[in-house]
Amino acid sequence: MTDPEKVLGFLDVFGHWDPSLLMTMLGAVVVTTIGYRVVLHRGSVLKGVLHLPTRSDIDTRLLLGSAIFGIGWGLAGYCPGPVLTGIANDVREPLVFIVAMIAGSQLEKLWLRQHPTGASVQEPPDS
Amino acid sequence: MTEFTPVAAALGGALIGLSAVLLLWLNGRIAGISGILYGVFSRQSGERNWRLMFVAGLILGGFAYQLITQMPLATRTDFPVALLALAGLLVGIGTRLGSGCTSGHAVCGISRLSVRSIMATVTFIATGMITTTLVRLIVGSTQ
Repeated sequence: MTDPEKVLGFLDVFGHWDPSLLMTMLGAVVVTTIGYRVVLHRGSVLKGVLHLPTRSDIDTRLLLGSAIFGIGWGLAGYCPGPVLTGIANDVREPLVFIVAMIAGSQLEKLWLRQHPTGASVQEPPDS
Repeated sequence: MTEFTPVAAALGGALIGLSAVLLLWLNGRIAGISGILYGVFSRQSGERNWRLMFVAGLILGGFAYQLITQMPLATRTDFPVALLALAGLLVGIGTRLGSGCTSGHAVCGISRLSVRSIMATVTFIATGMITTTLVRLIVGSTQ
């Protein structure tokens, strides 16, 4: 999935559809679900404490943010994880994307401070 | 156009899952890579250091894969730079506003049965599909 064409192949649902990314998500969710249950059942971690997201509400920021993320994702076929790994082969596209991504996150942070939503500006991410 | 590669894709996903489980077990953290990346710039070493290591691991993993398989990672080099920057900007804004990305929401969040993450995932997959469909409609297939 470091290959953006693989990702776009999945998102091109009405075109030449490549469901591989679906298999990736399936594999990831199966392993993570089982593994998380084991770890959380133990209740302890090797280093430090458990930092789990606490929010359960669906708000505008979540939906709008996800929508915007999806647009960027569907445009270039990159998301944060694979684009970093992609540096290991050719750094050119990842570099542009990563710099822009960090700039975008900084823009969002500044915008939030201009327009407080009532939620804490320092609120931790879900992840 | 890419071919359906279910086994490799599922295997890759399983490894991603393993990574997420290890991060929770070893560090007590959710493997949401957008948050991990942005936190690399934190002034607090407690927040910064483990994130730095994880990001380093992501990149090293790419090198390791190429070493082991003796194949280069599939990459692309011809995407218009301006659009690439726009896409990156949107992903940066969106992941921060939406508190996560595919790893944080689709992998970790769904695995915790988080309704927030399920809704986030449905949303970004939907807008992702709409965007790609529209772009490909406008540009036509590049293959």
